Amino acid sequence: MGQAGQFEQASRTGRHRLWVRLTHWLIALSVLLLGYSGVTILMAHPRLYWGYAGNDLTPPLLEIPLGPNHHAIHFSPRTPFVGTPGGPATANRLAEPWNQNGWARSLHFLTAWAFLVGLLFYLAIGLITGHARRDLLPRRKELGRANLWHDVKAHLRPPMPATTPGPPYAILQKLAYCLVAFVALPLIFLTGITMSPAIAANYPILLDLFGGTQSARTIHFFTFAFLATFLAVHLVMILLTGPVRQLRAMIIGG
Amino acid sequence: MSNDRLFLSRRGLIGGLASAGGLLLSGCGEQQPPTYGNILRMGDNLTYNLQRTLLSPTALVREFDRSQISSMPATGTYDPARPDGAFYDPDGGRDYAILRKGGFEDWRLRIEGDVDRPGSYALADLKRMQRRTQVTRHMCEEGWTAIAEWTGVPLRAVLEAAGIRPSARFVEFHTFDQAAESLDMVDALHPQTILAYGMNGRDLPIGHGAPLRLRVERQIGYKSIKFLRRIVVMDMFRDLGDIRGGWAWYNGI
Repeated sequence: MGQAGQFEQASRTGRHRLWVRLTHWLIALSVLLLGYSGVTILMAHPRLYWGYAGNDLTPPLLEIPLGPNHHAIHFSPRTPFVGTPGGPATANRLAEPWNQNGWARSLHFLTAWAFLVGLLFYLAIGLITGHARRDLLPRRKELGRANLWHDVKAHLRPPMPATTPGPPYAILQKLAYCLVAFVALPLIFLTGITMSPAIAANYPILLDLFGGTQSARTIHFFTFAFLATFLAVHLVMILLTGPVRQLRAMIIGG
Repeated sequence: MSNDRLFLSRRGLIGGLASAGGLLLSGCGEQQPPTYGNILRMGDNLTYNLQRTLLSPTALVREFDRSQISSMPATGTYDPARPDGAFYDPDGGRDYAILRKGGFEDWRLRIEGDVDRPGSYALADLKRMQRRTQVTRHMCEEGWTAIAEWTGVPLRAVLEAAGIRPSARFVEFHTFDQAAESLDMVDALHPQTILAYGMNGRDLPIGHGAPLRLRVERQIGYKSIKFLRRIVVMDMFRDLGDIRGGWAWYNGI
């Protein structure tokens, strides 16, 4: 970045625009409630699969040691549907498992509407105003190994770089925000609606895109895990770079 | 009947709220599930109305090849005659035990309400009607899925045989256990909504709802209610327990 560019950028550092602050908090609040209700929903059946079908009688891709249902659901012996042993079978579930999905599902889908509104406004305004291109998308020369390594080293010894809130952002910050805003958030929304039987009936391309309902559910979970990791790092970085000033910048913009 | 009166007085109490919510959410209050002032139920109605507005009423769910049929657990009630069942109903359970002993020869599906020809249908009557076989995916609210082949009569054919009236707005399903469900006409008349008596080429197993269950493929699994005994066509919405019990009535998501 040239001298003039740096000066121009610096003249508007330390500020988040009003629409960025509004959508940031709407999305942040929604994601927290979605995470809370989502983990509750996952606890009803903490097993992940790939493909279209997956249940207690089929092998899981991954079992998550979470909640009272982990390895605790009891079934009667299996009966094959059509005589052939090893083929599709059924079994009676002998007791009702732990399940809080009544409120958790409704909270999840109510919050998902707020999340969708926030995300659509954020992406639309970000693209129209050039915020996405100017402040977030890495420039080609920023992606060079030397620059990346330089930024990694800068983060490994105190004080933390980029202590001024708001753009311009260094390369690691840009990559993190781009991954969250342009990959993870849209992906978690799309994999979420793929699980909806009514939406999948209207847009079967979603099923093909993710390789089935259970694949979409598994991707949904790992995207959540990525976002949870991002949130932890995000909060640590705010604590290390002046939390009062950072919060002030994201709330009142100054 | 006392249930109905309780329901009606409850309606009176929440009338103002419900109609305000109904107006807000595009639609007449009396045709909307009640929210009882609960914000989660308002969210359910928002999703219901937006999905009904944004999605095609006739879109079909994906159907699979027989080779993709998977294992499928029998959850919830797996035998309505068992008194230790979580949703056991003493009267229904006793009736069910007797009917099962007779191989469901004496079982009848009653249809009443907003129809010109209320009556009852034996299993053989239903098997003589229009037949549809579909290999579809069951999506449980808990998160698991299963693919199975279902054979039955389209609900639409049964409703038309009973002379469904234009005033019909909801179709209720009553069972041999405590469970009951209802559908709006969009899902009730959908071509993939069937009353299934066969599963994977055999008679419907007890655990999966013998002798007859509902398959409503564009909603979550618990709407596909098992062990049917009575269908009531209604011109208004009645809460059959889901909503008061804290569960969403509409589950297209």
